[in-house]
Amino acid sequence: MSAPVSVPVLDVDALLDEPHTGIIVCCGSGGVGKTTTSAALAVRAAMRGRKVVVLTIDPARRLAQSMGIEKLDNTPRPVPLSDEAKGSLDAMMLDMKRTFDEVVTSQATPEKAQQILDNPFYVALSSSFAGTQEYMAMEKLGQIHRQAQVDDSYDLIVVDTPPSRSALDFLDAPERLSSFLDGRFIRLLLMPARGPARLMTAGVGLVTNALTKILGAQVLRDVQTFVAALDTLFGGFRQRAQKTFELLQADGTAFLVVAAPEPDALREAAYFVERLSDEEMPLAGLVVNRASTTSGEGLSAEEATAAADRLLRTDPASLTGGLLRVHADRARMVAREARLRERFAAAHPRVPTVVVPALAGDVHDLDGLREVGRLLAGTHLDG
Amino acid sequence: MPPATHVVSTDWSRVQLHVVSGKGGTGKSTVAAALALALAGAGRNVLLCEVEGRQGIARMFDVDPLPYEERRIARGLADRNGSAGVVHALHIEPEAAFLEYLAMYYKLGRAGKALDRFGVTEFATTIAPGVRDVLLTGKVYEAVDRNARNRNATRYDAVVLDAPPTGRISQFLGVNAELAGLAKVGPIKSQADNVMGLFRSGRTAIHLVTVLEEMPVQETSDAIAELRGHDLPVGAVIVNQVRPRDLAVDQLAAARTGVIDAAEVTADLTRAKVDATHEMVETLATEGREHAERRALEDAQRALVDRLGVPVYELPRLAGGVDPGALHELAAELRQQGVAR
Repeated sequence: MSAPVSVPVLDVDALLDEPHTGIIVCCGSGGVGKTTTSAALAVRAAMRGRKVVVLTIDPARRLAQSMGIEKLDNTPRPVPLSDEAKGSLDAMMLDMKRTFDEVVTSQATPEKAQQILDNPFYVALSSSFAGTQEYMAMEKLGQIHRQAQVDDSYDLIVVDTPPSRSALDFLDAPERLSSFLDGRFIRLLLMPARGPARLMTAGVGLVTNALTKILGAQVLRDVQTFVAALDTLFGGFRQRAQKTFELLQADGTAFLVVAAPEPDALREAAYFVERLSDEEMPLAGLVVNRASTTSGEGLSAEEATAAADRLLRTDPASLTGGLLRVHADRARMVAREARLRERFAAAHPRVPTVVVPALAGDVHDLDGLREVGRLLAGTHLDG
Repeated sequence: MPPATHVVSTDWSRVQLHVVSGKGGTGKSTVAAALALALAGAGRNVLLCEVEGRQGIARMFDVDPLPYEERRIARGLADRNGSAGVVHALHIEPEAAFLEYLAMYYKLGRAGKALDRFGVTEFATTIAPGVRDVLLTGKVYEAVDRNARNRNATRYDAVVLDAPPTGRISQFLGVNAELAGLAKVGPIKSQADNVMGLFRSGRTAIHLVTVLEEMPVQETSDAIAELRGHDLPVGAVIVNQVRPRDLAVDQLAAARTGVIDAAEVTADLTRAKVDATHEMVETLATEGREHAERRALEDAQRALVDRLGVPVYELPRLAGGVDPGALHELAAELRQQGVAR
């Protein structure tokens, strides 16, 4: 099944083989097969000779198992590929809390680091509150990239982005962090903790009083202590977030937008495509997963339904009648998905696209991932 | 022994808050909307809330984007006598919820504006992780437990929340427990305790939407364990997008093993006035086999769902997509299966 004629085809193998491609970021809304796509791309790139590490966010145990690893964690682990592999593959999963802890310990004095790690707000912020994942995914990507520059451990990093409320959160994380750190609110919080409140203006007093009323004096003090302790980290933090953002804009990065042929997923994909072009981020193309296919285009859903009805009227147990209904259902899905993709293509005609047919079963092992890789590359038989 | 809130019940009439979650792509928003329609029987008012800023409700019901305001959005699903209740919708925005909260509980006039000027609103709603969830859950709580502070507001017989996906649901609903631990004393602490009190009570039911594939079913099972670990009451599992059952069991077996009589199919097709080319017969056999393989996987997953120990409802996959008419169809399915009585 190919995309509508006017849409350029995404050449996945060319992308993977291009030595300049150093980072591939897979983004898209939840439930579109993003993690599987990332893993399949990583496996395929490694088979074709790249030194790959795949950073996944989704803690799906099944995926770890399908790569022959019992457990994925914050340290890259080698994936046992077959002898035909010309390159290598490591896999890891983002551990938010560990990554955050590492940032703190690497940036602050041991004493100060301990103070931060013990603060109740830090504990909540780093492990369980929403939103931290995006910051930490960026941080980890930056770390791996810097390390790879030094020791030549990898020449391709494949990143699976967090299952965000909106796929755009991932892009917004660094900027949000920067604007927060430069914001008046942080300065306000830091003010009393830094010494006598000699420069308190009327506005500041009003705000501090309001916060005390809402939060209670104790909580406000805890927050201030925490922010003051983190203050020393902030410079480095921001600088690195900014660097990672620039890295994502660089030529060596390729964004793949992953979607399913559903209205919501494609709408999210469209937003993402627009955002990437606004931010001058390098968009490689669109992957439409789980597509319905049929080789019986000659028989429309309506014709098949009518024929099925004719047969089932005389023989309710007619196998051919049942098969025609199965075909009608598929043809209806195919037509609907084609319409949805055409609508996307009309708005974004220059986005190279690859349509990946739905598999009959689920992916369980490396062979399954290689099969997905073949489908991504548009080669069903060999490759 | 699990606590009393974990006892499986299929009588939801005492439940005031239905939380609908599910893995991304399983159609949880559709199910939440259908559930709201099904619950809005004669004389019953239902509020359908969304918290993820997607305007999904407006799109599903084909109306203009919703403001931060409770709006009548649809008539509920009519009963046999043709009478029905009303479904209202609310798009909860954290910014508006924050300002409303300040006004309602603290009577902050000028100070509220000052907070905004100092970037506190922005901090609370977009930057500070978790604060957003506190605000969203706080508003949901307010809608369920209407009190004297919001005197003129509509009271609802049930609130349906289109909640964040399963990967985040425990964190989302549990954020107030976290907050209560941080605040220790004061107004925030008591508010957080009240919200957790509602979420952990028998007045709340958390339903999980899945499709019959391995990963979503696994995630559903994990979510049930996680929710129970947080003392949050699991409601039902709603199996969505079930494939049509066009082939009988023996036909599925035949299709799977490839023992389809090509001559017979050719004859049938000709009789049904379809151009019975060799390719077409091949296609039908292949599609029949793939369908049978999928069905076998679905049946295996369905058996796993049955072992989760919670009530299960099933909704069909609609090949034409979801529109307001389809939502009523799904609502009728849910009601027929006894979701609302």
